[in-house]
Amino acid sequence: MKFITARRRNPFVAVLLLVAALGAVGVTFSAVSNIEPAQASLGTQTQVEDGKKLYLEGCSSCHGLDAQGAMNGPSLIGVGAAAVHFQVSTGRMPLAAPGAQATAKEPIYDVEEVAAMSAYIASLAPGPAIPTSEDLDYSDADIAEGGVLFRINCAQCHQAAGQGGALTQGKYAPNLMQATPQEIYEAMVSGPQSMPVFSNETLPIKDKQAVTAYIMALQEAPSPGGLSLGRIGPVTEGLFMWVAVFAAFIGAAVWIGIKAR
Amino acid sequence: MSTTTDHPVEQIGGATAKYVDQRLGSNKFLGANLGKVFPDHWSFMLGEIALYSFIVVLLTGTFLTLFYNPSMVEVVYNGSYVPLKGVQMSEAYASSLDISFEVRGGLLIRQMHHWSALIFVAAMAVHMFRVFFTGAFRKPREFNWLVGVGLTALALGAGFTGYSLPDDLLSGTGLQIIRGILQSIPLIGTWAAFLVFGGEFPGTEIIPRLYAAHILLIPGIILALITVHLMMVWTQKHTQFPGPGRTNTNVVGYPLLPVYMAKAGGFFFIVFGIIALIGGLVTVNPIWLFGPYTPDQVSSGTQPDWYIGWLDGALRLMPNWESVIAGFTISWNVLIPSVVIPGILFTGLALYPFLEAWATGDKREHNLLERPRNAPVRTGIGVAAIVFYGILWIGGGNDVIAAAFNLSFNVLSWTLRISLIILPPIAFLVTKRICLGLQRKDREKLLHGYESGRVLRLPHGEFIEVHQPLNYKELAVISAKEDLPVLPASVKTDADGVRNPSYRVDQLRHKLSSFFLRDNIERPTDAEIEAGQAHAAHSAGLEAPLHEYEELDQDPVGHGGVLHHPGMPMTNQEQVDQRQ
Amino acid sequence: MNEITPSSGGNSEPGINGHSPAPAQLGYSPVAEIPHRLRVTDTDPKAARRAERQVAAMFTLSMVFVMLSVIAYVVIDKYAVLYIPVLGEVGASNVVLGLTFGLAVFLIGAGAIQWAKKLMPDVEVVQERHDMVSEKEDDNLAAANYERGKEESGFARYKMIRRSLIGAMALLPIPIIVVLRDLWITPPGENPTEILSTTLWTKGIRIVSDGTFMPVRPEDLPVGGLVSALPEGILEVQEEEHNLNARGKAAIILVRMDPEQIRSQQGEGWDYNGILAYSKICTHVGCPIALYEQRTHHLLCPCHQSTFDLADSGAVIFGPAARNMPQLPISVDEEGYLIATQDFAVPVGPSFWERDKA
Repeated sequence: MKFITARRRNPFVAVLLLVAALGAVGVTFSAVSNIEPAQASLGTQTQVEDGKKLYLEGCSSCHGLDAQGAMNGPSLIGVGAAAVHFQVSTGRMPLAAPGAQATAKEPIYDVEEVAAMSAYIASLAPGPAIPTSEDLDYSDADIAEGGVLFRINCAQCHQAAGQGGALTQGKYAPNLMQATPQEIYEAMVSGPQSMPVFSNETLPIKDKQAVTAYIMALQEAPSPGGLSLGRIGPVTEGLFMWVAVFAAFIGAAVWIGIKAR
Repeated sequence: MSTTTDHPVEQIGGATAKYVDQRLGSNKFLGANLGKVFPDHWSFMLGEIALYSFIVVLLTGTFLTLFYNPSMVEVVYNGSYVPLKGVQMSEAYASSLDISFEVRGGLLIRQMHHWSALIFVAAMAVHMFRVFFTGAFRKPREFNWLVGVGLTALALGAGFTGYSLPDDLLSGTGLQIIRGILQSIPLIGTWAAFLVFGGEFPGTEIIPRLYAAHILLIPGIILALITVHLMMVWTQKHTQFPGPGRTNTNVVGYPLLPVYMAKAGGFFFIVFGIIALIGGLVTVNPIWLFGPYTPDQVSSGTQPDWYIGWLDGALRLMPNWESVIAGFTISWNVLIPSVVIPGILFTGLALYPFLEAWATGDKREHNLLERPRNAPVRTGIGVAAIVFYGILWIGGGNDVIAAAFNLSFNVLSWTLRISLIILPPIAFLVTKRICLGLQRKDREKLLHGYESGRVLRLPHGEFIEVHQPLNYKELAVISAKEDLPVLPASVKTDADGVRNPSYRVDQLRHKLSSFFLRDNIERPTDAEIEAGQAHAAHSAGLEAPLHEYEELDQDPVGHGGVLHHPGMPMTNQEQVDQRQ
Repeated sequence: MNEITPSSGGNSEPGINGHSPAPAQLGYSPVAEIPHRLRVTDTDPKAARRAERQVAAMFTLSMVFVMLSVIAYVVIDKYAVLYIPVLGEVGASNVVLGLTFGLAVFLIGAGAIQWAKKLMPDVEVVQERHDMVSEKEDDNLAAANYERGKEESGFARYKMIRRSLIGAMALLPIPIIVVLRDLWITPPGENPTEILSTTLWTKGIRIVSDGTFMPVRPEDLPVGGLVSALPEGILEVQEEEHNLNARGKAAIILVRMDPEQIRSQQGEGWDYNGILAYSKICTHVGCPIALYEQRTHHLLCPCHQSTFDLADSGAVIFGPAARNMPQLPISVDEEGYLIATQDFAVPVGPSFWERDKA
């Protein structure tokens, strides 16, 4: 993070950064605090039983009593703890309403409940486990290398700056600006919904850390050119030009045209 | 004439003025033109916005050339932007990053360049709308319209070549699409693509080639055409809106020196200043976020700049037709939206003034602008074209719109496809109806004055609504309407049984002229107007149309405790006399 | 261009202060008869003074901002970041330079306009126009000169000269067009059709994942997985050719689905246990595509929304693309790595005129 640290050495900037941190619109760096993954990949027996109870109450109506899948929900056998943790802790599951795809919302279950459910699903068949904090440690990762991998594997759906984008029939790739390293990791290994799976064999953990580091850098990156306009490129730029800039020009032209009193 | 010197200019400008004049004879030009009158209206400044933003483009662009390196040689980035450090990229991209991060003020200039380019094209478009809807392209200004159409096409080229130069993922994807479009051209397309790119895509030639076009060829032609454009405006004098004292044979406004010069010059600084402010405050094209171009990477939401958006939209909305004829492939799905549609649109634009003049048989010189309502068919065509363009434009952002508003782009695309066919005709009809309605209202006003909303009970019990006569400004504007007759129908054979050789052409012209003019609501005669206004004045119980001075009849305003009487109506003449 | 017309306004008095030479004719006259209201600045000297001060203040402020902008250029570190409400964290140098310079320029404009509006005369004047058509004598002169030129040159008489000149002029552009031929210096024996129809893929060449350049084993790729891949040795080829051309054609995506869900393929057994390889270059106009929805097996192009069904031979199910995504037949080598078994059967990327002759 040399680019960013170099700039922060300036005392003037440090003060402003402090203001920024206090400010309402400051870029938050909440990722690190969230790296407290529940170690549920090999859950205890109680966890599995609690999880099963929660599963039967909250999930079985769609995914079937034995998680074998049904009309409204896919089989969960072999999806692994990572998938459960990703879907439930981001509030995507349980599904709020049928739609093109499940949207992230306030999670319904607390951390322990999610851990229990993850343990239960993991006990049915082996699948991608919840990452350890070691897996998620991207402090040594190469951001630029992560950027290259991001553009090869992620940008096509999530957009080059991680702002998300449209998929077919109203589905979409979500914006990554609030994603935590754990969510990023779990999404890659479990392939939620439309997203393909990026297994640890084709995209090794080291590379996943690099991708995570790049996304985190995007999240906290300032906007050197001023107002970012959503970082989605020419559409918002064109809109801004037509609406705001042209309004200013026309306003000036009208001012010039009207007679003074 | 002055009695103090034989060389008044020398007296003002010193020896230099004389020196220059002896070599250029410039005083003759200055004498004739320093007092040249320009009409004042805010919409006449739209073209100025285009001109001024172009000047800003030239200035900032020159600065950028000092640092930009149009080379596709691969280098390893070693600048200060960490997320790209050590990444392989072209020198073009690396130098664009350096302009953004290492050169102080470089990002500001780059952003000003990009914003002013976006503004340049937008201002041209709006200027063109103004010229179109007010009929300013009519005789004698058809050539200038043509120059304008040429400038618009060149501006798109200038913009697109510039968009491609940073060689980031977005611009490279744009070039990839250009390659696909070139390849779709029948017969020569494949070779054309190879020649343009110097071989296979992406090759190593395209950036330097686009650079030459972008900084030399295209701006050179634009500059030449702008000069021609302005010289024609100068020679033909600017058009003006109808109004008091304004006729087809005069021009009413402010003299070049000082008022117009101050206003136009001041507006340059205003446009320049706003562009600098936007360049400082708002990001445009953050190339560092997109990464270097490689032909196997892409970002979701890949879009061209706004002025190419309609072409991209056309590509998106086109059905997937392709045919193989005698073993040769014709990609209608690419050819029609990217070559045929823009071809038709630009040809239509270029030919419109001639077509309208031919259809309406209008051979008069027009220096007084026409109000859009008084040319319902033209206005309708213009609105329909804008709607057509607008739908394509929305299509160019359908994925971003879908993502932003949680829609399905599939549904959106189909909606736009259908809209593209049915909305422009509807827009035409609706616009035409509105125009005709306004014409009717204008006729009413000329014949009866306007409805005051006051209802009177006459002594014999009848209720009437009081009509007020129009004030001098409204009267001048509304009564400026001109009517043209529909061209007569042609006959196949005349009375002597001789076949009319141009029957078909004449008949077509008759039909076209009827299409343009048949629904026109005729302007009352001058006598009718006079009678109508007098009657309205009488109805209002006024001998003279007093409210003519309504807006001038305001209370005296106190300024700084000094009571005076501003706003005393005087004629222009009195005021000029007073000044001297 | 010289359109001085007699002034109808009788404006022949000496100029302001009677000092400057009196112009007998300014080329325009005021629009008489039209009522016109005096501005406050015309009648109230104080208001005029105030307007004068306003204008001067703007010009002065402009100077201040110019100085500030120079100071900002020198003082502000180019990497410094500044937090500004609404804008967020932004580059300090860019914002401050833009603001100061922008205001400096803007204020000059605003001052000039205020000057014109408040203090310069706002009396509209009128100037006569003339039809653009030339005067009769100019017309005659032009015609006479043309006739003289035609006569003296003998253009009409010397038929042979005339025709040969027309011929010469007609042919002249040809070399100018011909020299453009070497915009592409064609390597011997190559033609576009063949170049567009071949890629680096041949029988036995290994598939490596893009970015890591590691060969891929089938078991590495789970169902629902996606890998952007290239032929092994692509980097060497790039190095050698100094361009990205090979990459632009050879890029593929590997996806794996349940073999039972594969409804059709472009060739019998072109998959390997449910692993399918498709070109990454769209058949519409060539954008790279990897927006793969693992549930529906749909592949979506981000540029123009062409959608392909990879479970059904890469068929087009939406959008402007006309052709299926080309499939690459794959297998594994003896070491268990995925390989291509041949090149693409059809040219990849956008269509071209000779495509079906390839």
